[in-house]
Amino acid sequence: MSAEGTSFKREMLATLPSLRAFAVSLTGKHDKADDLVQDTVMKAWAKQSSFEMGTNIKAWLFTILRNEFYSQMRKRGREVQDSDGAFTERLSVHPSQYGSMDLEDFKAALSELPDDQREAIILIGASGFSYEEAASICECAVGTMKSRVSRARTRLTELLKVSGESDYGPDAVSAQVTSGNHGF
Amino acid sequence: MKKENLVTQQRVRMQAERAEDGLGPTSDIGSRLRALYGAVQDEGVPDQLLDLLEKLDNAEQAQSDKSSNRGGE
Repeated sequence: MSAEGTSFKREMLATLPSLRAFAVSLTGKHDKADDLVQDTVMKAWAKQSSFEMGTNIKAWLFTILRNEFYSQMRKRGREVQDSDGAFTERLSVHPSQYGSMDLEDFKAALSELPDDQREAIILIGASGFSYEEAASICECAVGTMKSRVSRARTRLTELLKVSGESDYGPDAVSAQVTSGNHGF
Repeated sequence: MKKENLVTQQRVRMQAERAEDGLGPTSDIGSRLRALYGAVQDEGVPDQLLDLLEKLDNAEQAQSDKSSNRGGE
């Protein structure tokens, strides 16, 4: 019995739900997100000897997943950028504290953000990473991470204010929703 | 003990950071982000992923059992 293998698996299992949510935010689609997580699990398993038990496995896995995502994007080029279906998928568990229109507006606003800003605000605001961790995952300076998060928040506030004030019908919202490629 | 302290310190610092950048528990954007993210997290892990992890782990254990048997001979 390999006790180390087992605890590596256990730690990975514990991280999977959050890793998968991050994957959905990158790809915008559940099926693609699941493929990406699967590729990440295999990659991580193959290089588990380079992981030090007791260090931050979550940040390590997020880094592998993110690198894998961008390397697949580069390889596939435009093919990954198809816009059909992105964001149109319904969440199977809908957060009860928000009306569904409310979160649809928010999803649409998220999709308007540049990739680096969306990724930054998700890692900091939802995945629960520190700025240092998020900066290391995205291979950027801590100051860069801070400014991305701050710009993302400012932009989201503007977008939500606009959508809250305007009289958007369902068509306007769905047009906005299908225009983006990434997000939940 | 020392590690726990570090973790606690980090958590406190992170909460302070979140509050400062407007993504804290009471912020509208922060809580909506977490609601979306949490909804995906709550879906659970698909069986195919759990199966994959199980297979990888079993293969590795079989491998290490084999090599430890060989070492014992």
